[in-house]
Amino acid sequence: MKLAYWMYAGPAHIGTLRIASSFKNVHAIMHAPLGDDYFNVMRSMLERERNFTPVTTSVVDRNVLARGSQEKVVDNITRKDTEERPDLIVLTPTCTSSILQEDLHNFVERAQLEAKGDVMLADVNHYRFNELQAADRTLYQIVQYYIEKARKKGELPEGKTEKPSVNIIGSSTLGFHNQHDCTELKRLMADLGIEVNTVIPEGASVHELKKMPRAWFNLVPYRELGLMAARYLEEQFGTPYIDITPMGVVETARCIRKIQQVINAQGADVDYEDFINEQTLYVSQAAWFSRSIDCQNLTGKKAVVFGDNTHAAAITKILAREMGIHVVWAGTYCKYDADWFREQVSEYCDEVLITEDHGAIGDAIARVEPSAIFGTQMERHVGKRLDIPCGVIAAPIHIQNFPIGYKPFMGYEGTNQIADLVYNSFTLGMEDHLLEIFGGHDTKEVITKGISTDSDLAWTKEAQAELNKVPGFVRGKVKRNTEKFARERNFTQITVEVMYAAKESVGA
Amino acid sequence: MTLAQSEALTFECETGNYHTFCPISCVAWLYQKIEDSFFLVIGTKTCGYFLQNAMGVMIFAEPRYAMAELEEGDISAQLNDYEELKRLCLQIKRDRNPSVIVWIGTCTTEIIKMDLEGLAPKLESEIGIPIVVARANGLDYAFTQGEDTVLAAMAARCPNQAPVVEAEKNERNAIQKLLNFGKKKEDVAQEESEYVDHPPLVLFGSLPDPVVTQLTLELKKQGIKVSGWLPSKRFTELPVLEEGYYVAGVNPFLSRTATTLMRRRKCKLIGAPFPIGPDGTRAWIEKICSVFGITPKGLEEREAQIWESLEEYVKLIRGKSVFFMGDNLLEVSLARFLVRCGMTVPEIGIPYMDKRYQDAELKLLEKTCQEMGVPLPKIVEKPDNYNQVQRIYELKPDLVITGMAHANPLEARGINTKWSVEFTFAQIHGFTNARDILELVTRPLRRNNSLKDLGWDKLVKEEAKI
Repeated sequence: MKLAYWMYAGPAHIGTLRIASSFKNVHAIMHAPLGDDYFNVMRSMLERERNFTPVTTSVVDRNVLARGSQEKVVDNITRKDTEERPDLIVLTPTCTSSILQEDLHNFVERAQLEAKGDVMLADVNHYRFNELQAADRTLYQIVQYYIEKARKKGELPEGKTEKPSVNIIGSSTLGFHNQHDCTELKRLMADLGIEVNTVIPEGASVHELKKMPRAWFNLVPYRELGLMAARYLEEQFGTPYIDITPMGVVETARCIRKIQQVINAQGADVDYEDFINEQTLYVSQAAWFSRSIDCQNLTGKKAVVFGDNTHAAAITKILAREMGIHVVWAGTYCKYDADWFREQVSEYCDEVLITEDHGAIGDAIARVEPSAIFGTQMERHVGKRLDIPCGVIAAPIHIQNFPIGYKPFMGYEGTNQIADLVYNSFTLGMEDHLLEIFGGHDTKEVITKGISTDSDLAWTKEAQAELNKVPGFVRGKVKRNTEKFARERNFTQITVEVMYAAKESVGA
Repeated sequence: MTLAQSEALTFECETGNYHTFCPISCVAWLYQKIEDSFFLVIGTKTCGYFLQNAMGVMIFAEPRYAMAELEEGDISAQLNDYEELKRLCLQIKRDRNPSVIVWIGTCTTEIIKMDLEGLAPKLESEIGIPIVVARANGLDYAFTQGEDTVLAAMAARCPNQAPVVEAEKNERNAIQKLLNFGKKKEDVAQEESEYVDHPPLVLFGSLPDPVVTQLTLELKKQGIKVSGWLPSKRFTELPVLEEGYYVAGVNPFLSRTATTLMRRRKCKLIGAPFPIGPDGTRAWIEKICSVFGITPKGLEEREAQIWESLEEYVKLIRGKSVFFMGDNLLEVSLARFLVRCGMTVPEIGIPYMDKRYQDAELKLLEKTCQEMGVPLPKIVEKPDNYNQVQRIYELKPDLVITGMAHANPLEARGINTKWSVEFTFAQIHGFTNARDILELVTRPLRRNNSLKDLGWDKLVKEEAKI
């Protein structure tokens, strides 16, 4: 047992559901007790999704405990099959079904006999994998399933596309700025004259998966999601994959050079150097920003970085290599892939921190007292407590991290966004600091002739206590309205009764 | 319509395939209510992730709750439950020093049959902090029923008889009397009078402190003294419960607590409609008065006065229809209030219907429908959300009260929704807060009034189905 208040990566089934609901016309059925379907709430709220989240529960209740699911799971699968006609139904185990040890494989096989669509069981163990690992596995499993299926039917297309083309693997629902990244990557590929063969899983149909082998190469922008599928495709079809995250000016250039090398090896003849040069110097403002005096002022300032592997590594490199900021420590909660992280960031920070314990992170921040934090929502709150500004760079995230405006982290537009994020975090901190030194914005006391200041009304002790229970942001309004009400009726004293009478009559 | 009026309420039961919150969510409001408590949820990452996401910002306010996250070794009993829990509880004692630790049992502890009720008394005597066990799991319960399981467990901890506390209470009352005397000189004479002599009354249900004050004052106007509330602000202040005390519920989801108070503590339950909406509040007070043989004073005027002040809201919803998908058990009371406001209710979805505990509320709903001349709603227990959405498409109600999983998708299809969970957290009890209920109910309709000329009501592409 472990005492825990907060976790960075969710349980395994969340990963599976993220993959399933990213695809078009794929339905997930969770084998879970009532209330475990809050994934639907997250997706509907965070992504502001207009469509019903294609996830339902085959509810585990007392009867299931006593007698087993029996027909229930099979019925639920076939029912969903007729109601929504999905291409694929993914039966998703949860922590509960892990310990029930029901033969879910058998349910899938039986349901498959009746269902028109495909049915599969997500192969994820709750106690072994977290959300990110499960997502990677599930994506691999679905890709493999449809490649095998097409192979059996003899429907696998022969050869590669005529022009150089790419599969972009790993953009998914509830991923940090994934939709914007995806748009930016497609734009980048268009600029490079590369056709986008497929983008999976977000917005893809499972029928597209069989054409994946036609791509010249696979691009896996996120370390956490898509590598298993990319390795599988390499092993099956010899398709090379590129796992350099194009985040930051230097890494984007490195990614593009790698693409050049990979497609030239297959007979293309491209030279992207001019493009990289043009973009770096004139399209992205980040290179210029590094030279400008704004950035000069940031030189040697202390920062700490924490997040998932992809983002924490990329941001650490940007801060240290591209902006001259002193990264005291960089950390990740992807413990299962810690070696990769260490190798990526070791030369760019003093210390590497690998932990899933938010308490340890909070302590490490307090100890270092950086000028800015780049972390998850959790670190943002630590920053609030310590009065240190924080830029959010990775999940877990809140609704404000799903902006409507275009905010990619990848590609050349991404470098601009990151520069803004970094610069704004630091200047805010600086401004605060200066204000403190010079004693605040406005040192004169405000004298208002408003109704609340020249109050001749006495509040009884109880009423005052009651007023103090009103949340701070509306307390002033409640106080004013109550006093107005009392004055109109010539009450000299405000009791609890008067307060509520005021509320009833004027909605104070 | 006359036909419908003469019929009784109909009850149906569907598949139970609906969206609701896990009952462990009750820790979020109970730890705030019971200030010296610590809630330990013994479960998995799934439970923790739910609390973290459902409670949003609250998690960052150093909450007095935590997960005892079960690992593979706990599941396969390689680790000793007792030793593990002892280790964590000692840590909690050291860091927070609470007056009570509440263990919330989850689905996992049920399935692996961890004997929490057995372990608690042993550990309690060893570490010297009361441990209350509540099995608030998704196998058995929905959302607000979590509070019910906690309060039922707390009921066992209420003192039987505490003369010392009594004396203290009298003392406190004396001070209160003094204060009352001071503040009420210009008020009507009835409020100055002493309480009527009646057997002790304890109310049960967790409400925000301002609402507790309001309802207590409301009863005081009738000369009824509230001897205590379950739960109180602190665990150490749980009310005395002696045999023969009267108890009354303030929320419709507290049937286990009611049962426990009747069977184990030998209290007498006052079965009344719940004080939600001015009609409900009046009926609640009247029922309590009638049990104590008191003739209620000024209630009719008070209710009328509240209705008058609500008119600007009521006129927005009069004649409109509302569909409850069902997830928090407040549905019947809210539907009854909205029918009184002039709305029609084709369907009331509800996770669980205790017809005995909610008897008075159901009768009031029936009566209200007859008086307002509207058809009686269909009450659907354990609803099936998929079927409900099909019915919503057919009925095209003016408002759907639903969970967040369905709210945005329905809005995108031009159907107005109100997120049901807000009714659980907003102050909705008593005369004073009727306005707040209508503020919530009318919000989507008011929003529509401001956006109505834009022509953007359907925002999903029609797919060629059928």
